[in-house]
Amino acid sequence: MTALGQLTPRRRITDRVMRIVLAIGTAIALIPLIAVIYYLLSKGLGAWSIDLFTKDPTGNFLGDQGGIKSALLGTIEMVALASAIAIPFGWGVALYLVEYGRKGRFASTVRYFVDVMTGVPSIVFGLFVYATLVLSGWGGSSFSGWKGSVALALLMLPVVTRSAEVVLLLVPDALREAALALGTPRWRVTLRVVLPTALPGLVTGSLLAVARAAGETAPLLFTAAAVNGTTFNLGERMNSLPVQIYNDVQSPSDALVQRAWGSALALVTLILLTTLVARLASRRSRLS
Amino acid sequence: MTDPDTKTMTDDPRSTSSSDGGDASAPAPRVPLPPRSATSGAVSTATDREVLTTAPGISVTGLDAFYGSGHAIKDVSIEYVPNKVTAMIGPSGSGKSTVLRCINRMHEEIPGARATGKVMLDTDDIYGSGVDVVAVRRAIGMVFQKPNPFPTMSIFDNVAAGLKLNGIKGINLKERVEQSLQGASLWDEVKDRLNEPGIGLSGGQQQRLCIARTIAVEPQVILMDEPCSALDPIATLKIEELISDLKQRFTIVIVTHNMQQAARVADTTAFFLAGELIEHAPTAEVFTNPSDSRTEEYVTGKFG
Repeated sequence: MTALGQLTPRRRITDRVMRIVLAIGTAIALIPLIAVIYYLLSKGLGAWSIDLFTKDPTGNFLGDQGGIKSALLGTIEMVALASAIAIPFGWGVALYLVEYGRKGRFASTVRYFVDVMTGVPSIVFGLFVYATLVLSGWGGSSFSGWKGSVALALLMLPVVTRSAEVVLLLVPDALREAALALGTPRWRVTLRVVLPTALPGLVTGSLLAVARAAGETAPLLFTAAAVNGTTFNLGERMNSLPVQIYNDVQSPSDALVQRAWGSALALVTLILLTTLVARLASRRSRLS
Repeated sequence: MTDPDTKTMTDDPRSTSSSDGGDASAPAPRVPLPPRSATSGAVSTATDREVLTTAPGISVTGLDAFYGSGHAIKDVSIEYVPNKVTAMIGPSGSGKSTVLRCINRMHEEIPGARATGKVMLDTDDIYGSGVDVVAVRRAIGMVFQKPNPFPTMSIFDNVAAGLKLNGIKGINLKERVEQSLQGASLWDEVKDRLNEPGIGLSGGQQQRLCIARTIAVEPQVILMDEPCSALDPIATLKIEELISDLKQRFTIVIVTHNMQQAARVADTTAFFLAGELIEHAPTAEVFTNPSDSRTEEYVTGKFG
């Protein structure tokens, strides 16, 4: 018997068993993830062609069915506009909550509503915009791209706000104090010290919201609707990838289902590329 | 706003006095606190200002401070003599850091904290109703316990931060950064890598960078909150030497847990206990012949 004592067999076995159980659990959790990526690649890649990206859908059931150009561009346009609305507002709300409102009653009320909004199903935002903007024919048209963007922005807002708040709370108070002690007004401290320090985290959080918005079908179905032709006018009806996929998959035509897979892969690739670009852009500044 | 004692108007703009050979030991001119309406531009315009030959002193009278319902500082009155180093010692929770924060109103950044009493910078009432807190902090700089350079900024930008953040124009930024880094005895170590990030420096260098950042905005008083507690003995020694240099230009108040440090750098030492000022006297007297028995017990290591 050494001074350190021996590891009992029971403990060794328990350790071994627990490790195996956890490893199996991890493997099981990975199965659906890998399956999704596998199906996406195997079915989607086959559908990719030059025509898929350069032609609009024709709407024909038989014969030439066209590509997904209008859906791809429509998604990019609508998500871009939605981000342009939701990200500044979301960051603004988060800045207020963290820098000014920390413990106030107003701030905690806002925080509560943001939490509630995070849990609201996406179709509710679609219905809301349908009831308020579409039915009333705001802006001279019923369905239009910008109304889809508004629905997406409403969906993104709580996600952007919540993630930004968490990141801003991570910025050490020591930095705020250092800047304040230099005789810097609070708003400049926020703008020139807190924001740049938190930027990479803010970008990452907002991208989660962008990715979520890009994949949403429900808010777009009865706000932007679906069309075949490409348009750069956000005042008109606009096609989008999720809606295109939704329509194609329902079709009995194998070729259209095939196109849905191609669209799905295109959507995932789009989100991946956006994430990559934004990460690279914000790499320069970092939170130590 | 005008000081009756300091009516020494000079035609020399401030920039000439600071540019003659980069004399780091030149006394900083005393400028009265601008009222709230005066914005950052007041600091940058270097024309027709009153100049005093020494840094101002600070006098605190009847200071009480509270955190929520806790009474942290009880009726403290203390004088900080111009161009001298005053050390504040005492056990943890004795209120020395709170007194320090009350001097440049940094206590206002702590939720629930408030202070009453009178704090005078020369003849300016820091708690005066028309006084802008931003102006107070520009006149009274602060160095913190943990080095806190801005992580997104280079060494150069860290030193220039106070000027850039406040949009102060009309000064030679390069020159001011060099002077400040020399003033913080960091110039020789970093002059070839000014564009590298400030957080890449060692702890002691970071703290001197923070001191350079503080003196770059040309305050009149520097408050130091345990500036060496996160540093090793060599780095500590460098900061202490620096403090002795800096008192040529600034009035310095330093909070320290290290009694040897107080003995080495301070002209006078104040002993705090449970929110009260027990004794304030020349350092040698506090350590060799204190008038209060509690001070004696503390400095001889009987408690704390």
